[in-house]
Amino acid sequence: MAGSSEGGGGINPMHQFEVHSIVPIKLGSIDASFTNASLWMVIVVASVCLLLLLSSSKLVPSRLQSVGELAYEFVANMMRDILGDSGRAFFPLVFTLFMFVLASNMWGMINIPVLLHPFTVTSHIIVTFAMAMFVFILATIVGFVKHGAGYLKLFVPSGVPAVLLPLLVVIETISYFTRPISLSVRLFANMMAGHTMLKVFAGFVVGMGVLGGWAPLALMVAFTGLEILVAFLQAYVFAVLTCIYLNDAINMHH
Amino acid sequence: MPQLDFATWPPQLIWLAITFGILYLVISKFALPKIGGTIESRQNRIASDLDEAQRLKDDSEKAIAAYEAALAEAKAKAHGIAQETRDTLKAEIEAERAALDAQLNERLAKAEASIAATKAEALKSVEQVASDAAGAIVSRLIGSKTTAAAVKKAIADAK
Repeated sequence: MAGSSEGGGGINPMHQFEVHSIVPIKLGSIDASFTNASLWMVIVVASVCLLLLLSSSKLVPSRLQSVGELAYEFVANMMRDILGDSGRAFFPLVFTLFMFVLASNMWGMINIPVLLHPFTVTSHIIVTFAMAMFVFILATIVGFVKHGAGYLKLFVPSGVPAVLLPLLVVIETISYFTRPISLSVRLFANMMAGHTMLKVFAGFVVGMGVLGGWAPLALMVAFTGLEILVAFLQAYVFAVLTCIYLNDAINMHH
Repeated sequence: MPQLDFATWPPQLIWLAITFGILYLVISKFALPKIGGTIESRQNRIASDLDEAQRLKDDSEKAIAAYEAALAEAKAKAHGIAQETRDTLKAEIEAERAALDAQLNERLAKAEASIAATKAEALKSVEQVASDAAGAIVSRLIGSKTTAAAVKKAIADAK
């Protein structure tokens, strides 16, 4: 797991995703080591907490304060649009998901040379899958608690000819159970692909030298801008889909 | 692909649960109430400011209406006073003129009376003079004395 390819001749674009232990911790037989991924999770959480808690709460907001309020109202409006007022209880969860994913994605764009190797928490399928599974299981539980067995009607589309019904029930069921996969793979793949591509182009910059390296460098600058957009967009998409799944569970609009 | 290195999954899951749980607690217990409270108090402040502005506007409109009513009343009052003054002045002038008229009429009547008296007197003395002159002329013509009575009688006959 250690960064063996670092310092080697070739640049391995996948090296940035490697997880290595910083403080080995064992819980019984389970490995709970504090890794660089854990470190970045802590950085992500700490930065979000600092942003939200240390900013002032003035009538006329300061810059830092308006960032927090902007995020608050952004998520609140999104939830109101999708869930109506019935989803107030899930606002903290959706806000936490949004901020966690957004901060993870954004921190992944920042490279502090030598001191900290950049690492994107959300570029690991296990992390995104865990969050997606959590949302999926939560939505399913909420659905059954709220509607009982009536929640199963979600798999039976209304106004469909009886002949087609069995087929559609199968399709609906499959689409329901692939939700956590699509939700997690979308985020993970976007993050991984973007960072891999940037690393590949960075390899070209070094490989082509002072004379030829400018073209891939310019491309990298452009892609970095695009990646920041993607970082935001994927956090938004994750939060929106969470709201939509919760909406299916609470309001059963189909 | 390092992502598929299963050995890294348990520590990632454990630390994800820890960090995400802490973030959820901090956000739900501290951050959201704080930001939500700030936004709400701002909205309340804006709403109350707007209410205050509306109230002040209503007040000023009321004041303008009261001012205009007072102005109209004062105008009506002033008009009334002017009318009254004009009426009393007119009445006074009328009375004075009537008095003056009466006085003048009296003087006129007196003057007319005195003129008439003077005229009558003058006529009487003219008659006297004329009859005297006629008597004198007749006595000169006929050469004998005529009596004043006869002359008078003759004049009366001739008249």
